[in-house]
Amino acid sequence: MTGILGRKLGMTQVFDESGRMFPVTVVEAGPCCVVQIKTKEQDGYEAVKVGFGEMKKEKNVNKAMKGIFRKVGVGLYRLLKEFPMSDLKVGEMITVEKFQKGDVISVSGISKGKGFQGVMKRHNYKGGPASHGSMFYRAPGSIGASSFPSRVWKNKGLPGHMGSEVVTVKNLKIVDVKLEQNLLLILGAVPGSKGTYLEIRKDN
Amino acid sequence: MNLIDAIEEGFKKDLGAFNVGDTVKVYVKVVEGDKERIQPFQGVVIGRKGGGTRESFTVRKISFGVGVERVFPVCSPNIDRVELIKQGKVRRAKLYYLRTKKGKAAKIKEKEFSAQ
Repeated sequence: MTGILGRKLGMTQVFDESGRMFPVTVVEAGPCCVVQIKTKEQDGYEAVKVGFGEMKKEKNVNKAMKGIFRKVGVGLYRLLKEFPMSDLKVGEMITVEKFQKGDVISVSGISKGKGFQGVMKRHNYKGGPASHGSMFYRAPGSIGASSFPSRVWKNKGLPGHMGSEVVTVKNLKIVDVKLEQNLLLILGAVPGSKGTYLEIRKDN
Repeated sequence: MNLIDAIEEGFKKDLGAFNVGDTVKVYVKVVEGDKERIQPFQGVVIGRKGGGTRESFTVRKISFGVGVERVFPVCSPNIDRVELIKQGKVRRAKLYYLRTKKGKAAKIKEKEFSAQ
């Protein structure tokens, strides 16, 4: 697996050589610094901890984090995540070079917050008829039977908070890689608003 | 410059000035098998929409008695060039009313003084 951290910049559209138009999300991905190597012997699993988003001011990093960075002798980073990767050394940089045009990737990020939403938006319930004297519009309807089970089943979809959760979109394609600007152009939409931090993963 | 603007800058294209109501000839690249040729499409521009690299324009013509409309993205690499045939004098930004008109009623007044 190859993983990289990035930041969503926004969407635009691009044309290929044959003139076809593609909607793309522009993601500033990497360079990510390897901060820690987790090994089977020491941690029970193999992974690489990488940092993304260099911090310019040292005062904005808390003491605990500063200690981690100083110990391994790397810069200060805003975001730390783990990927199950191997063959890397501490201090090494992961860049968009690891990705190519046409690669199939999955992207995770925190989705846009939607607030407290009803069942139609949150769980795709159908609701009731809008007209012909209907008085039942967007309500959930019955949420279960009576004497059995005498309670509401677990995981019953009900109104509540929606969005602001980690969403993964799989099977997205890379349209273009811009090496000098550290940009990935991903076909279609990815979770979150502009500025959202993203995890980009590719199975090798 | 914003990184997204920089990407869009690479696709920007100048097709020359033409407006809604003008009659234009759009030279479109067509790929047939492994050969590429240029096919003209002549008609009246009935609307322009969008901005930046997302801008597109609609050209309408009557082909063998049937109305044909094609939407062209301004920045598409498939457009070779656009030739301005006639300048029209119109008072609307979108000439969708032409769809219900036929013959003389669908005629657009020509501009007397060319902007060139």
